[in-house]
Amino acid sequence: CAKKLDLYPQNDLTPETTYATADGYKNVLAKVYGGLATTGNTGPAGSSDIQGLDEGSQSPFIRGFFNCQELPTDEAVVAWNDQTIKDFHNLKWSSADPFLLGMYARPIYNITISNEYLREATDDKLASRGIEGAEADDIKKSRAEVRFLRAFNYWVMMDLFGKSTFITEDDAIGTDLPAEIGRADLFTYIESELLAIDADLAPAKTIEYGRVDQAAAWALLARMYLNAKTYSGADRYADALNYAQKVISSGYTLRPGYAKLFMADNDKQKDEFIFAVNCDGLKTQSYGNTTFFAHAAAGDDASSKYGVNGGWYGYRTTSAFANLFADKTGATDQRALFSNLGNETISDISNFGQGVQVRKYVNLRSDGQPTSDVQRNFADIDFPVFRLSEMYLVYAECFLRGGGGDKATALEYLNKIRFRAYGESYGPGDVGRLTDFDLQTILDERARELYWEGHRRTDLIRYGLLTSNTYLWPWKGGVASGTGVDSKYNIFPVPATNLTANPNLTQNDGY
Amino acid sequence: QEKTVTGKVTDLKDGSPVAGASVLVKGTNTGTQTKEDGSFSLNVPASATTIVISHIGFAPQELLIGSAPMKISLVAANSSLNDIVVVAYGTRKKGDLTGAVTAVTTKDFQKGVNNSSEQLLQGKVAGLQITSGGGSAGGGSKIRIRAGASLNASNDPLIVVDGVPVEGNGIAGSANVLSTINPNDIESMSVLKDASATALYGSRASNGVIIITTKKGAKGKIKLNFNSTASAGIVPKKIDVLSANEVRSIINEDAAASGNNTYKDLLGSANTDWQDEIYQAALGFDNNISASGSIGKIPFRVSLGYLNQDGILKTNNFKRLSSSLNLNPRFFDDHLAINLAVKASKTNNRFANEGAIGSAVSFDPTQPVYADNKYGGFFEWLQPNDTPVNLATRNPLALLELRDNTSGVNRIIGNVQLDYKLHFLPDLHVLVNLGIDNISGDGNDNTDPIAATNFLTNGRYVYYKENKKNTLADVSLFYNKELTSLNSKVDLLVGHSYQDFLTENFNYPAYGADGVLIPGSEPAFATDRPRFRLESYLARLNLTIADKYLLTASLRRDASSKFSKENRVGYFPALAAAWKLKDQFFKTSSFISDLKLRLGWGITGQQDGIGYYSYLPVYKASNNTAQYQFGDMFYTFLRPEGYDPNIRWETTTTSNAGIDFGFFNNRITGNVDYFYKKTKDLLSTVPVAPGANFVNQITTNVGNMEIKGVELAINTVPVKTANLTWEFGFNYTYNKQTITNLLKQEDPNFKGIEVSGISGGTGNNIGKHFVGYSPYTYNVYKQVYDPTTGKPIEGLYEDINRDGQINSDDRYFYKKPAPDVLIGINTQLTYKSFSLGLAAHGYFGNYLYNNYFSNSGVIRSIKNPINFIGNASANYLETGFENNQYLSDYYIENASFLRLDNINIGYNVGKIFKDAASLRLAASIQNVLIITKYKGLDPENASDSGVDNNIYPRPRIFSLGLNLDF
Repeated sequence: CAKKLDLYPQNDLTPETTYATADGYKNVLAKVYGGLATTGNTGPAGSSDIQGLDEGSQSPFIRGFFNCQELPTDEAVVAWNDQTIKDFHNLKWSSADPFLLGMYARPIYNITISNEYLREATDDKLASRGIEGAEADDIKKSRAEVRFLRAFNYWVMMDLFGKSTFITEDDAIGTDLPAEIGRADLFTYIESELLAIDADLAPAKTIEYGRVDQAAAWALLARMYLNAKTYSGADRYADALNYAQKVISSGYTLRPGYAKLFMADNDKQKDEFIFAVNCDGLKTQSYGNTTFFAHAAAGDDASSKYGVNGGWYGYRTTSAFANLFADKTGATDQRALFSNLGNETISDISNFGQGVQVRKYVNLRSDGQPTSDVQRNFADIDFPVFRLSEMYLVYAECFLRGGGGDKATALEYLNKIRFRAYGESYGPGDVGRLTDFDLQTILDERARELYWEGHRRTDLIRYGLLTSNTYLWPWKGGVASGTGVDSKYNIFPVPATNLTANPNLTQNDGY
Repeated sequence: QEKTVTGKVTDLKDGSPVAGASVLVKGTNTGTQTKEDGSFSLNVPASATTIVISHIGFAPQELLIGSAPMKISLVAANSSLNDIVVVAYGTRKKGDLTGAVTAVTTKDFQKGVNNSSEQLLQGKVAGLQITSGGGSAGGGSKIRIRAGASLNASNDPLIVVDGVPVEGNGIAGSANVLSTINPNDIESMSVLKDASATALYGSRASNGVIIITTKKGAKGKIKLNFNSTASAGIVPKKIDVLSANEVRSIINEDAAASGNNTYKDLLGSANTDWQDEIYQAALGFDNNISASGSIGKIPFRVSLGYLNQDGILKTNNFKRLSSSLNLNPRFFDDHLAINLAVKASKTNNRFANEGAIGSAVSFDPTQPVYADNKYGGFFEWLQPNDTPVNLATRNPLALLELRDNTSGVNRIIGNVQLDYKLHFLPDLHVLVNLGIDNISGDGNDNTDPIAATNFLTNGRYVYYKENKKNTLADVSLFYNKELTSLNSKVDLLVGHSYQDFLTENFNYPAYGADGVLIPGSEPAFATDRPRFRLESYLARLNLTIADKYLLTASLRRDASSKFSKENRVGYFPALAAAWKLKDQFFKTSSFISDLKLRLGWGITGQQDGIGYYSYLPVYKASNNTAQYQFGDMFYTFLRPEGYDPNIRWETTTTSNAGIDFGFFNNRITGNVDYFYKKTKDLLSTVPVAPGANFVNQITTNVGNMEIKGVELAINTVPVKTANLTWEFGFNYTYNKQTITNLLKQEDPNFKGIEVSGISGGTGNNIGKHFVGYSPYTYNVYKQVYDPTTGKPIEGLYEDINRDGQINSDDRYFYKKPAPDVLIGINTQLTYKSFSLGLAAHGYFGNYLYNNYFSNSGVIRSIKNPINFIGNASANYLETGFENNQYLSDYYIENASFLRLDNINIGYNVGKIFKDAASLRLAASIQNVLIITKYKGLDPENASDSGVDNNIYPRPRIFSLGLNLDF
């Protein structure tokens, strides 16, 4: 009779059956990548990877990353009343913040499943399961990709929280409480991982669409080295410049038509994307991937201008950011994808009608074809994590910061960006062409080129402008005219819930 | 020398003769029984002075022997100590109970319309809380016995029907599993409250047990019963919203002040009361016929019932065709008794789209119901391109009329009990109980292609189906022995039980009206078959010494497939003792007719409400809308699931002390119980250290909770004369529930676990589980009020921790949803052939979060930022709030109430059709009135979290019925 009590679910797999074939590995690999695009096993919601939080707004990677990187800056404000969402722009969050709880949980979750994959994808295990030849080679390659993705998620932790729960494939599930790693050690770890996988990753632009290659690892190294002073206390501008140059030399080119980079068929722009998170309105549904961008920025014009069936009337930008464009209409610099310019001033932050509307991510195809979700709830837009432009800008900034290189190349790179921005020209009277540049030029150019792509907070910190009184924007610190805040807000607090669950974790200063 | 005593025994109630009553000379074995006409004649010794007359169902009487023929009127005992009460795995005389058990039988049931079985218990039992989920026809109820012992696992009691523990969870197509059982077939319901009464159900017993026993056949001539009820339900109270004129004036004033005519231009000229549009008078008809008697030597009962009940929300309807068959033959000189009980029912539901209720209260009253458009002619907010505004409220009537969600649920609960009394050892019985509970539900949820909600996919047609199969095999041995030398009685039970629960889910994609599959709706798997099994051994010893001291000891060993081999087995012991003080000290007292002290202790378990396989490491496949693209292919995810290899049942230790009492020849009876329940290893959902598992929250065994309570039940018969009887019953329950631990390791900075999601915003929670507090205690900001007007000041809260800023650290614990005190009142007045009954119940000390006020009591609800007009709660006129202040304690309201559940009037016409039949007529009003300070729709809320939003109003029902016996 006792045997009768050993029951097993009909549709689930055991770890052994999961990894019995190469196909099984690929399905788990899809999950490791998918952790950046979706929130769980049911699209758009229903079986969340992260529990106890709102799946659509608090557990997604892209939406959470955007809230952390853009909302505290001049690039974005939000009208909604969802729990503590307004604390981001007010620069006054606490360790009880549910959005931060989600944004701590998401990268760690992605790391946890990465570790699981790495444990199961060792050469020994492949051999014991009879997986060999081309299949084994591909899994070996994927192992390096997963290490890249793990390093990327750790970079997010390092950038946002300044420290992280630290787990690798050597930490089994459900045994000991994980340890913590500090910012400088984490920097070293990520760097060593990215360098170690170089040989196993596919050469740039040689692997199937959606998977990462060597250039992705170089791009992340370049971004990390650029901010090395923030992360580890020591400058690494020369390394940043070198790795940016390695990416630039790998055959990527800027595609004409800036707006097309953020449209539903932006997978066609892959010549410029070093790594993008793939989203699909039918097959990769989430309320927190690019679907969120298209809806949250839309109002009444959702259907006509954003290609989605309705606006969420939430996110827009401040006049401080819009004013970085000499011509905000988009007539000359096509990157100024704005509307509602007549109501730039925000007196009531909850009023979506005030502030500049951003129309960067739109779920319309550049070829005019219908998108994959006929109900137009979910977007097809892929989210670019690394683009060639960023590498050009890293080169130029590192040149100014003493990282080597030469001015002519830097200027050439900057002007490539501006040439595309002005519609394959420099505009009337060559107003778009730069002849000289300084650090402020780079910061402003980064804003114009990379806004709403998750760079602004890191950039303002690198320039010492996020919390200080030096640069103010509307509603910075919760005041209409803007105000400086405590410098502790350069790093997010470790969520209190996690400190409770794991006594090995420590809180950041000031929280 | 002898003398002869003669007399006649009648029933005080109606003067009818009582046949078969025992007439004994006190202190002797000399006696006789009354004849068919109630008369008796008995030769007694000349020395005899007193006779004792007794009969089951009546209070025994002692009378001095007189010379004339004696007239004896027996009083039907409300709580006769000889009543047989159904308990776990057997029956007991009420007077011999050692545990906290309350039995409610047919004679106690509420008269009038009772569509659901659980409503029969409403207000009748101390410590029992029954809250209907709303007014939906055939809808379910929340049932709690002694507040429930668990935090995150189930708090539902175990329900046993004729010895078969049934599937308590819902099923596709049925809102309420108990609604498939016809209340007219129910003979009794026993509510087992303390561990000594429930522990024989082991790992499923922590939340108490309700045992339902259906009516059985009675030997003799075939008797028929027919009863019929017609009812009409109305909406007793609507939500207080602004009128069309109020909305117009608010918008016009606003436009005049701001110079912005955006909203003014959207105003309509109609005056629509949207709530009037969605509600209807709900008619219901309930007809039941039953026959019982014997065919040959086989006692039987058959019944057939048909209920057709509309809901007060348009389109809502519930139909139940039910039948039952009971056969109770005996063979081999009564050595083999067979009880066959089959209940079959077919229920048909048409579910109304209850979203219409929320739409109705927030839809612009200045707009007409109908408009000239392609959305079925229902007014909708449209964009310039004629497609509906995405996030705008949808026309409430269209939500109802354009969606048809109809289901059918078939259920058979059947069991056969073979009770064999061994020929060579009649003290020993073997009882074999084989049972099934099969439910199959399926239905179609269809939305019309012209509906604004689904026009993009050309409508939405989806079929759904689910089956549940529960099988039971019990074998028990009973041994009863009178040990006359020791003046004791022993009865012993040893048993084995095996139960298998299989659910079969069938998953189907959705289609448009044209038969085209709606992309993304394909299920990942066509079927799923979750299953769990329970294998148990059980033993119980009852010892009765000198008819004064009663001892019960029991033990159950459960093995559950929900846990790993190492954690699978649990032992659940219980001990109870009772001392009949009446027989010890007050044997001759006529003032104290019953006095018994009960003490009980036991350990029970709880395993419902968690996954069937949560100890196993598994990978789950994602569905078709959660995939990732590599190259040109989309790949399904295989996701490792979080698991807890060490998960096991939570265990509750309950101590109970009670006194049963009866005074004045049981004219006043009742009991007082004190209990203390302590649950450890709570199945709680708690945060996991990030990276330690594949989940960041897991349901695991952590935390403790305690519940203390006092229960008092009193039943009295203040007036009892030949023509007039007045009965009055009252019960009182006090519960205090406290979480005593929630963490695996101490943390001084622990801020609690957020619970109680609300509507409005995204992810907002209003409550917390926290150590030292009741579950779901509200965690809110302290509202600051304007000292002159007394109105709340928008956005201004007290800085509780005085740190100069208002943030989440300033939220404080304020009130809780659970009541401190429950009371139940019922009374019945009988004068000759008339009867009048009332029943009421109340909760005190319970608070609700008025989510409707917090969400709709703002100008934003009228001037919706998404550029359409909505309606606001009249509460907006009180606060004048611009923006929602969801987390203010202003919205936590005292929801104590007293509800008059029922008034019924009956008239016993008596014999009709030349004495061939007897007729009784009844009329009743249900949900008569409610007394409360609560400003929302209804203070009685079925949610544990105490968040009041979008409730289906409970109807007030007027009914007329007739009952015919022939």
